Amino acid sequence: MNLRPEPLAYELSSPGRVGVSLPGCDVPETPVPSSLLRVELDLPELDELTVVRHFTRLSQKNYSIDTQYYPLGSCTMKYNPKANEAAAALPGWRGAHPLVSDAHNQGAIELIYRLQESLKAIGGFKTVSLQPAAGAHGELAGVFMIRAYHLAYGNPGRVKMLIPDSAHGTNPASCTMAGLTTVTIPSDAEGGVDMERLAAECDDTVAGIMITNPSTLGLFERNIEKIAKMVHDASGLVYGDGANMNALTGVLRPADVGIDVMHFNLHKTFSTPHGGGGPGVGMVGAAASLAEYVPGPIAAEKNGKYSMEMPSKSIGRIKAFYGNFAVLVRAYTYIRMLGADGLVRLAENAVLNANYIKARLEKVYPVKYPRRCMHEFVAMGNFIDGIHTLDIAKRLIDYGFHPPTIYFPLIVPEALMIEPTETESKETLDAFIEAMLKIAEEAKSNPELLHDAPHGTPVGRLDEVAAARNPVLCYRG
Amino acid sequence: MSIDKNSRYRASHEWARKDGARFVAGISDHAQEALGDIVFIELPAIGKTFKQGEAFGVIESVKAASDVYLPMSGTIVAVNDALAGDPAIVNKEPYTGGWLVAFEATEPSEWDSLLTPEAYEAESGKE
Repeated sequence: MNLRPEPLAYELSSPGRVGVSLPGCDVPETPVPSSLLRVELDLPELDELTVVRHFTRLSQKNYSIDTQYYPLGSCTMKYNPKANEAAAALPGWRGAHPLVSDAHNQGAIELIYRLQESLKAIGGFKTVSLQPAAGAHGELAGVFMIRAYHLAYGNPGRVKMLIPDSAHGTNPASCTMAGLTTVTIPSDAEGGVDMERLAAECDDTVAGIMITNPSTLGLFERNIEKIAKMVHDASGLVYGDGANMNALTGVLRPADVGIDVMHFNLHKTFSTPHGGGGPGVGMVGAAASLAEYVPGPIAAEKNGKYSMEMPSKSIGRIKAFYGNFAVLVRAYTYIRMLGADGLVRLAENAVLNANYIKARLEKVYPVKYPRRCMHEFVAMGNFIDGIHTLDIAKRLIDYGFHPPTIYFPLIVPEALMIEPTETESKETLDAFIEAMLKIAEEAKSNPELLHDAPHGTPVGRLDEVAAARNPVLCYRG
Repeated sequence: MSIDKNSRYRASHEWARKDGARFVAGISDHAQEALGDIVFIELPAIGKTFKQGEAFGVIESVKAASDVYLPMSGTIVAVNDALAGDPAIVNKEPYTGGWLVAFEATEPSEWDSLLTPEAYEAESGKE
């Protein structure tokens, strides 16, 4: 990593310097009206080479999946195969235009259709829409669908969404945006949904439940079928948060265990870039109960001809044109490269890798819910007085690893949420484990090393509290 | 972890205390310690009514944003304005200067349903 501090573009500015040299004007000059000139805009003045070097040096400070390992729980920062990029760069896709008629866009619509069919098979869904542009966007679509369903059946009073405390943090926000109220269902001692508390909330105001399975504890919800039945018996619907789908592909079809509507993140499970490299796709799939409510239009096929059609009770359009089409090409490429067998191996390796790290670390880093995990697990960083999870996370940076997710989920104190993903080698996992064990030793022998970490970065430990309390959002040079 | 002996508690780490005819409420020392440095607090409008256990505000720390629940049903009669400028008061004095709201109880008998200091200490010690 380039450790030298990089000045701001403003600090590199020199009055009057420009990056271009234009020939003399050969038409009459028409000055910009002075009312439109913004003299207060203090823009940096730089030549091209200075600009190129400035941004290249900044890019060298980047931490990326192409340079290092990201054991970031619940975010699945996994490898983005280069074959996906080659496919997305094919001239036919690159030259496609969303305003061309369906008849002249057959190839693009066929790809959308085929991807819908693949995802239907993976999820056991009746219908899939590729419109949503992110996971939370898919959630919002799903919650709107549930709301539309209850309104269609004359039940406007069903406004209560049940959300286990091990769910993703975006679930309550999606409900609130859709005008529903949320009730948190606590976890039981094993990390599963507290069934008694769930039963107590299943009344005639229930819109449904939003359940993340595997949960953010990395645990499979063993009562999922019972939970779905309880909510269905109360005339509610079941939303599945599929952000952790890489633990289940090819092994379990969510619709088979009672999920009515669910989103998958193509930018997580199906290997398209995310976390700044996006955009994403939070596809939403529905079982028969909600199949006609999905956002549209979606791709349809009739006698070998493809078209974009709006489902009969659709909540409508939630994204322009075909959604993030280039991402769909990448995800389709990945699914076709893996095939049905490969999708099973994907889930198996996700679970194997997480359990391997867990088995080697849990004696040092306690795990609150110690049963076998799925694609991730949540350890705790408070195994010794005076050391916090934040210190461990910062010290990991010195060893060249992106810290895991910390302080989430909220139900585990000093949470350290580790997800290796299925695309990492044993050597990478071992190197990470060795670093974690070394840090645990340092915590005892030299705690200051952790308190002051990171040491090997352009800037050291930032004062997060001061930054949050007194944010400075503009350049004040 | 300190416990205020004059308050009663919810398992979700809020406290309530009689203050003349009204009640005051806040979060426990255990809660502020678990949250870490508090950076922002959202409190309700005066006059708003909440049921027992209903979320009345949000506390945001560098680690997390958490709802806070009113220990008893009531109408908000005052909020601690000092916290807008310095939310860290809740970290320093969770039971005194770091109070969040004062409320008039609509169901004063709910007091008896809250955890005693001893019961809360036992409960929060389990975590």
